[in-house]
Amino acid sequence: MGSINRADLAAGLVFVIIGAVFGLTSLGLDMGSTLRMGPGYFPMLLSVLLVLLGGAICFNSFRQMHIAVEPYAWRGMVFILGAPVFFGLTVRGLGFVPSIFLTTLLAAFAGLKLRPLQAALLAVAVTLFCTLVFSIALGLPFRRFGPWLSVVGV
Amino acid sequence: MDLFSNLSLGFATAASPENLLFCLIGVILGTLIGVLPGIGATATIAMLLPITFQLEPVSSLIMLAGIYYGAQYGGSTTAILINMPGESSSAVTAIDGYQLARQGKAGTALAVAALGSFFAGTVATVLVAVFAPPLTVIALKFGAAEYFALMLLGLVSAIALAHGSILKALAMVVLGLLLGVVGTDIYTGTPRFTFGITAFADGLSFVALAVGLFGVAEILRNLEGEQDRTILGAKLGSLFPSKADLKAMVAPMLRGTALGSAFGILPGGGAVLASFASYTMEKRLSAHPEEFGKGAIAGVAGPESANNAGAQTSFIPLLTLGIPANPVMALMVGAMIIQGIVPGPNVATDQPALFWGIIASMWIGNLMLIVLNLPLIGVWVKLLKVPYHVLFPIIMAFCSIGVYSVNSNVYDLYAVAGFGLLGYILLKLRCEPAPLLLGFVLGPLLEENLRRAMILGRGDPTVFLTRPISATLLALTVIVLVVVLMPSVGKKRAEVFTESD
Repeated sequence: MGSINRADLAAGLVFVIIGAVFGLTSLGLDMGSTLRMGPGYFPMLLSVLLVLLGGAICFNSFRQMHIAVEPYAWRGMVFILGAPVFFGLTVRGLGFVPSIFLTTLLAAFAGLKLRPLQAALLAVAVTLFCTLVFSIALGLPFRRFGPWLSVVGV
Repeated sequence: MDLFSNLSLGFATAASPENLLFCLIGVILGTLIGVLPGIGATATIAMLLPITFQLEPVSSLIMLAGIYYGAQYGGSTTAILINMPGESSSAVTAIDGYQLARQGKAGTALAVAALGSFFAGTVATVLVAVFAPPLTVIALKFGAAEYFALMLLGLVSAIALAHGSILKALAMVVLGLLLGVVGTDIYTGTPRFTFGITAFADGLSFVALAVGLFGVAEILRNLEGEQDRTILGAKLGSLFPSKADLKAMVAPMLRGTALGSAFGILPGGGAVLASFASYTMEKRLSAHPEEFGKGAIAGVAGPESANNAGAQTSFIPLLTLGIPANPVMALMVGAMIIQGIVPGPNVATDQPALFWGIIASMWIGNLMLIVLNLPLIGVWVKLLKVPYHVLFPIIMAFCSIGVYSVNSNVYDLYAVAGFGLLGYILLKLRCEPAPLLLGFVLGPLLEENLRRAMILGRGDPTVFLTRPISATLLALTVIVLVVVLMPSVGKKRAEVFTESD
């Protein structure tokens, strides 16, 4: 007794905050009546429910055993989450081929085991495979080399 | 009997050369990802969804279904050989299967698992064919109120069968429902929660959500502690079970199939729970319970049959009611909607070739799996040696391309990163992502049926209680909720799931 389950407390708070954000945003929407529910009715109902559930989780967290939380994968978060964002930023400008090469390379750096040369080789292989399968065989409408490269003069 | 003409239509559809090909691709991919660590069926299906849009609806659904049950097979291979279940439903198989492998009987264990799965798959396919049509007849009588009540029951039972805290699972469902309503309101056209970003007017991308929550978040979790896996160096041993082994597996296989078929229909992790229930039952019924945990054949045959039967029968609620029983089925709903098919009772009457084709393909797929798995087991074992740090960059590349190719929207890629982060944080806070995905898929349907029911009931909420079917379903929902929140049941649940971890 007397200990706090921090994971639960944090989870409860996350739910309360998300619920509150959705709830406050729903205030700007038409609630309607129970007969003809407006666009805001159902979201408001859910937001209130989420805040209540989050609150209950917080309340319960004070009566539980403490469970240690493992360390976060910070390095992984930067590179893994960065990869799709990078692809999104560059796929139109650089084009599909260079963009997928750099995306794979970026993702490979999330781990510590792959040496730079190995990572580059892996990225080349993935790029070749993806270009063959998605761009050539499946014919997805990707521009293989984008406008940014023609400006540089490649 | 209609059943035979229906089944022959199904087999004619499923046995066309191209559908056979896609079924084969599906089961191979499924086995592959079942064998490879760190990527589950849910994430793979989410990633491959966009690619299947180019295919005919039947072919794409056959392929996706193939991935699903292929993964169940592949998952048991890793469970037996390296004591690491590729899929959560094979966690139980690892207990006795790995012990058998250590005794040099890996081949026997693999064969027992494959044969048990095949038998269960065959029986469950027949069950789907027999029970799906009468259920669609009942489902056609459902009005908005009944659908609303049924979805509520589905969501609540999914929570009951999920891991971990009930309150957190409930909150995850509600969060999923909320994320599901983002986008333009269908009745008034008002944009909701789009924060001025026009790309979100059609709602958040289902593929981005699934890939983020199940693919990216899982990779992040695996990166916390990079470990190498040790693969059993011992020989596989004979693939053919001895007569004594065969005799030992028959009864557990039959019981496992029955149990699995029943659990599969329930919403939530039906296949997972079925395999645990089967293991517990076999241990109780066995004349030598002390053998369990030390390499009992029954401990492999029962749970393997149960999880495969469960995987198969979980198609029943999807095909008849359009309600997903687990995250993979939720993805199938997504796939159907994108193909322009409204999942539900009308599928059987409007698109009989599709409906029966999928059912027939399940049996064909199971046959392919047994042919594929037993002789080719050596190939799969080699694949086990692919290190994780080579895998995840490849997975990330495929995720990015897959999500972008849905509708060439770069915001979907940013959404993947966002959902990946959200999923990872929630995983760290010990919240299971599966209820969120179910909520997300059912959110718009739940709202639409609620609003429609209220209009039909002239604004009187008692409409849900005066209609008998809806009232029964709501009563069941309340009973399930009360039962799972009871402290004694909570304790029992905790025990079951600690064993699984």
